Amino acid sequence: MSQQVAVADKIVRHRVGHHWPNAELEFSGAKLGFWIFLCTEILMFGGLFVAYTYFRSLYPETFHEAHKTLSIPLGTLNTGVLILSSFTVVMAIRSAMVNQRKAMLGYLYATLFLAGAFMFVKLAFEWPHKFHMGTLPAAFYTYDGLSHVPKPHIFYGLYFVMTGLHGIHVLIGMGLITWLIIQGHKGVFYKGYFTPLEIVGLYWHFVDLVWIYLFPLFYLAG
Amino acid sequence: MSTASDIATQAPSMPKEHYLNATRGFKSWALTVDHKRIGVMYLVSVLTFFLVGGLLALLVRLELLAPGGMFEQKTYNQLFTMHGVVMTFLFIIPSIPASLGNFFLPLQLGAKDVAFPKLNLFSFYIYVVGAIMAIVAMIVGAVDTGWTFYTPYSLTTDTAVVITVMAAFVLGFSSILTGLNFIVTIHKLRPPGMTWFRMPLFLWALYSTSVIQLLATPVLGITLLLLAAERLFGVGIFDPALGGDPVLFQHFFWFYSHPAVYIMIVPAFGVISELVATFSRREVFGYKFVALSSVAIAIIGFFVWGHHMFVSGQSEFAGMVFSFLTFFVAIPTAVKIFNWTATLYKGDIQLRTPMIFAMMFLIQFTIGGLTGLPLASLATNVSLHDTYYVVAHFHYVMMGGVAFAFVGGLYYWWPKITGRMFDEKVANIGAVLMFIGFNTTFFTQFLLGFKGMPRRYFDYDPEFAGLHAFSSVGSWILGLGFLVALINFVQSLRKGEIAPANPWGGTTLEWTTSSPPHPHNFVDTPTVSAGPYDREHAPAETGRAAA
Repeated sequence: MSQQVAVADKIVRHRVGHHWPNAELEFSGAKLGFWIFLCTEILMFGGLFVAYTYFRSLYPETFHEAHKTLSIPLGTLNTGVLILSSFTVVMAIRSAMVNQRKAMLGYLYATLFLAGAFMFVKLAFEWPHKFHMGTLPAAFYTYDGLSHVPKPHIFYGLYFVMTGLHGIHVLIGMGLITWLIIQGHKGVFYKGYFTPLEIVGLYWHFVDLVWIYLFPLFYLAG
Repeated sequence: MSTASDIATQAPSMPKEHYLNATRGFKSWALTVDHKRIGVMYLVSVLTFFLVGGLLALLVRLELLAPGGMFEQKTYNQLFTMHGVVMTFLFIIPSIPASLGNFFLPLQLGAKDVAFPKLNLFSFYIYVVGAIMAIVAMIVGAVDTGWTFYTPYSLTTDTAVVITVMAAFVLGFSSILTGLNFIVTIHKLRPPGMTWFRMPLFLWALYSTSVIQLLATPVLGITLLLLAAERLFGVGIFDPALGGDPVLFQHFFWFYSHPAVYIMIVPAFGVISELVATFSRREVFGYKFVALSSVAIAIIGFFVWGHHMFVSGQSEFAGMVFSFLTFFVAIPTAVKIFNWTATLYKGDIQLRTPMIFAMMFLIQFTIGGLTGLPLASLATNVSLHDTYYVVAHFHYVMMGGVAFAFVGGLYYWWPKITGRMFDEKVANIGAVLMFIGFNTTFFTQFLLGFKGMPRRYFDYDPEFAGLHAFSSVGSWILGLGFLVALINFVQSLRKGEIAPANPWGGTTLEWTTSSPPHPHNFVDTPTVSAGPYDREHAPAETGRAAA
């Protein structure tokens, strides 16, 4: 218990915004706002999923043949990495809620590391392989192994747009987690105030969830 | 009542401390998180772009003054595209919500600020970035596709499509964040006694608008992003040469852009509800119906986008369903028109400047709304599609509706925002000029459309010359009307009378605080015990009007 007291001494007490009646409302307002933001994200990705569905129904054999060029082991690895990172981010929030700052920072570093690993697999192995093969959107498409199915470049066009937009979300998430780590070191988060952790946690689960859909739609399209 | 007459007989004076003088200097504005200052900054920005878009419109009408015209074909295409892009994304979408909404949502609600003040400022700067991108695009290669960016032409034109659509993408972000802020504010920051059905109708309208902004804008975002990616990398989904489908682009585009017209018009409905209630000295007839009809429009508006594509190769069955659903939107809209009219009935009508705008709105919007029905019917749509009839219908709703409501609302709340009155005589002269000019310009275009004049043509047969010339002259009268209003506003800032707290006899909470309001809106948190238009519990009317 002495450790907890030592932590508590260093905390920076949160001040409720002047326009909020109390801290509970401020917290629930922030959460409501972020859930609404997630709705907009779902609609944005929704447009892409509609496009995917439409073209897969137009050219089913293309999607079947083209998915074989993606690496299922690497996709599976990345899926595992992201699911694990969702777990570590939850543990970071929980640690803040029970005033365990060191554990919270540890879990945040772990989340950041896993997110970085995901991007590393993507940018160091998966994408360069495609650049090399020429399995790219139409403007750069040079692969000749799929000439027996119609419009294979559309599969790769959608693949790069959808996983690319997801990748941008991962990078934004890494920025946010870095910010949480900096704030965490300053002692901003404790059981009385962990709103940013909760919000970034929601965001991170969303990013994870999008990948959970992208993985089967592209890698397991057979 | 004695207190009311006491206040009425005193000459109003500026409050000692208000939001405009609380802090000073450039930084106090650039870094402000006060929703009132942000609202004022939005107001200045959207009015500036309204001027830009208006000047572009005058150039478009100048080209069409006589057959032969004066501009190159491409220049003309760029002019009407820029007019559309500026008016849609930089003026009309943010117009009422971001300026008047930002300023008056917390005031009418009885809150100290919006839920996320910093996010509010952030969304203003996103708007600024988007605006700069749009201006850059205009300079490096003004787009000539029309504001709808239809593929495949938008994929082959040599103009700056990518920067323009990215500007619209960024502006959409600003619109999303504003809507998010409004929804959370209304859910979480209502003061004691402010129940949902005690909210002024302007807030119901803003709430419904925000819902549409949040659900529709992301789809536009991804559509524009895909269009940019299609141009840069050839994703292949919109380009028929690559196996893509241009009709898919139209579906995506109108899934946003049809609800977007409700983002534009619903806040205007909210303004008109306030004006009609205040200047009829009555509670709004059927308050709950008017409130919920905004929500109904927000919901039904999502299922009608296909009526833009009756001749685009959409299936006949889809056409029938979309036609049917489109007629459905007319119902909640008519509920509003009938209820406003019923509010006027036996009301103590005060024909002050804002009320004159409300009356003009009622006439013009009714024409605009009813002329939409022939467009929603499959058979008549085929002959009217892409003619000037559509241009006239659209402008009756957007210009005759939204822009007139915006100016009316601006006159109504001007004393509260600036602390000064304006010259009503001059304002009324401007209003009449606008009314004459608007109807001359656009009623003519219904006739042009019936005669078969296609929209977006830079030249035309001599048989259309008379009507086109008439329409162009109308645009000058309309421009003059706006110029009079602009001069009037500037004169008011320079030497307008000091405004009292409640010059019009309004009953909603913003009239209980000083003009201009205190930096924290209210000295004490208001407690609400009656409906928004209940005249027994209303704040006392002060100043000229009551004296």
